[in-house]
Amino acid sequence: MRRAWVVAAFAALVILLAVGLTLNPREVPSPLIGKPAPAFDLPLLHAPDRTLRQKEMLGKVWVLNVWASWCPPCLEEHPVVTALARSGLVPVVGLNYKDARDDALSWLRRNGDPYEFSVFDANGRIGIDYGVYGVPETYVIDRRGVIRYKRIGPLTPEVSRDKVQPLLKELSRES
Amino acid sequence: MRANRLLLVLLCLAPLALPAAEDPALEKRVTGLAHELRCLVCQNQTLADSNAPLAVDLRNQIREQLAQGASERDVIDFMVARYGDFVLYRPPLKATTLALWAGPFVLLALGVALLIRRVARRREPEPQISDAERARAAKLLE
Repeated sequence: MRRAWVVAAFAALVILLAVGLTLNPREVPSPLIGKPAPAFDLPLLHAPDRTLRQKEMLGKVWVLNVWASWCPPCLEEHPVVTALARSGLVPVVGLNYKDARDDALSWLRRNGDPYEFSVFDANGRIGIDYGVYGVPETYVIDRRGVIRYKRIGPLTPEVSRDKVQPLLKELSRES
Repeated sequence: MRANRLLLVLLCLAPLALPAAEDPALEKRVTGLAHELRCLVCQNQTLADSNAPLAVDLRNQIREQLAQGASERDVIDFMVARYGDFVLYRPPLKATTLALWAGPFVLLALGVALLIRRVARRREPEPQISDAERARAAKLLE
């Protein structure tokens, strides 16, 4: 009887630790899921005299990918982002975060530019509104401008295939 | 060589030097809030302790908002809206965090209960001595 208690307590501890230690502490659940995407009005990376407002994307399902030339994991996920953009499912917009324009442009020349366009958030102010804290981050935004999904850290082929793409297809079917 | 080393030491110390406070009262409020908020890059530090670029940005954000007349509550709401409750260094008491707050006390109570039970069990029964034995002991002690 006593032994059973000890074994049960030990098993409970093992389960607790097994779950607790395999959770990724960097994956902080975003309070922005299900909320309207914060507004922005930012200059385009390629054309500083033109701007893009978040409102202009209303009516479309789209992906916002936060990236920077100084961010090695962004390079790591770049092929996945490129494949997602090439699939033609939805427009992929880049949010170039706290970067230098020249560095960002040459990074795109070197590694390919999959983005419909990139907006230029030089001081990271819009990044704060989107709760960005670990570049790269990826958001899926629906037709009504609501954030439906957020990925913190590099997009992997698995996440793109199993989570992002099915969600994009589903949202595209919604009217 | 020596100069290089000095430079290195100075560079290491540089992050400790805070920008000159223009308004000490405002700076005090900024620091107070920064101690309440978590740096999401180095998660076990507060915004006040961290010098990650995001922490610097968020401190500037706090300063800007306070200077524009926002209250402490406003700034905290602003941060929670973007980063969630996790940004609060002291988590709020609500249904989802109940286990976090109550857990240690439940464990403590459990431990104390177990301890009391053990101690109670270990207490030896009073030795039973018969009158004859008592008489014998008395004789031996004389």
